[in-house]
Amino acid sequence: MDLATLQALNAARAGRRAAVVFTDLETDRSVLCVEGERCADEWIDAMTAALRSGKPGMIMAGGRSLFLNVYLPPPRILVVGAVHISQALARMAAVAGFDLTIVDPRTAFATAERFSGVELIAEWPEDVLKARPLDRFTAVVAVTHDPKIDDEPIRAALAAGCFYVGALGSRKTHASRVERLRRFGVSDDALAQIKAPIGIDIGAASPAEIAVAILAEIIEALRRRDILSGSEAHR
Amino acid sequence: MQVLVDTLDPLAVAEAWVGDGRQVAIATVIETWGSAPRPVGSHLVIDGAGNFEGSVSGGCVEGAVISEAADILETGKAKILEFGVADETAWRVGLSCGGRIRVLVERVDG
Repeated sequence: MDLATLQALNAARAGRRAAVVFTDLETDRSVLCVEGERCADEWIDAMTAALRSGKPGMIMAGGRSLFLNVYLPPPRILVVGAVHISQALARMAAVAGFDLTIVDPRTAFATAERFSGVELIAEWPEDVLKARPLDRFTAVVAVTHDPKIDDEPIRAALAAGCFYVGALGSRKTHASRVERLRRFGVSDDALAQIKAPIGIDIGAASPAEIAVAILAEIIEALRRRDILSGSEAHR
Repeated sequence: MQVLVDTLDPLAVAEAWVGDGRQVAIATVIETWGSAPRPVGSHLVIDGAGNFEGSVSGGCVEGAVISEAADILETGKAKILEFGVADETAWRVGLSCGGRIRVLVERVDG
């Protein structure tokens, strides 16, 4: 691999763009294709298939034996709401290997003191999402209890195909949320993707226990679903 | 947290090492058979002094890959290494689980 290819690959990975590298095993020449950028016609079909399956491996192309490697962005969690649950979730997510960002426009909640060492943005989610769009490798956790703050990122997460969308609130609260989102044109199929009440059912009571339930549900979504197609993976 | 992840990312380490003026080889698992310890696509990066980051077998054959990398850094010619129970050398270096792997080792050329 030449240095320019390595640098371009690392830049794509740092920018959370999926990438595929084709290496000709005879000549040791490498070709990089990055999602959303131009790629020579001869590579497009193999790249599309690789991004869909997420699987690296040997392929034959034009009578040549090629190794194809796939680089998908690492999973991350966007938490809407700088609340007590988020404080616990931020610590646990770091241990489990997720990048995590917390967004909350309420500056009384979003203080550096409460969230030491955590990436915290004290702005409206819709403003944050303009600069950093959601992708299917992101989990969105909405826990403010305030529709003015939660609804828009939930809608955006469903539109972006995020691999997990969870929202805090009782069944009654969720039923009214579903009604509001339906009025905004969100389809019933998309609404059915929302995990609510949030978290796997382990009888969690304290904020830290609820954070465990949420993190477990995120891991389940990541490992048991094909996050590329959104369908259930075969186990 | 970000810093920790970056230092454990073999390809980011490879780029940083080249930036430091070091020679760097990248080893990549290209095929596996049976119960291989690391999946296809896994990377190990090695510099001219034998420093390394990442893994291609979770510790089974890294030693052999690192010593082969020294030659590849010198000649610049990529090589495909194969390890498995059928291979005398691999048995000696110990792919304990009984799987078989092929590893591409290539130099980063600036």
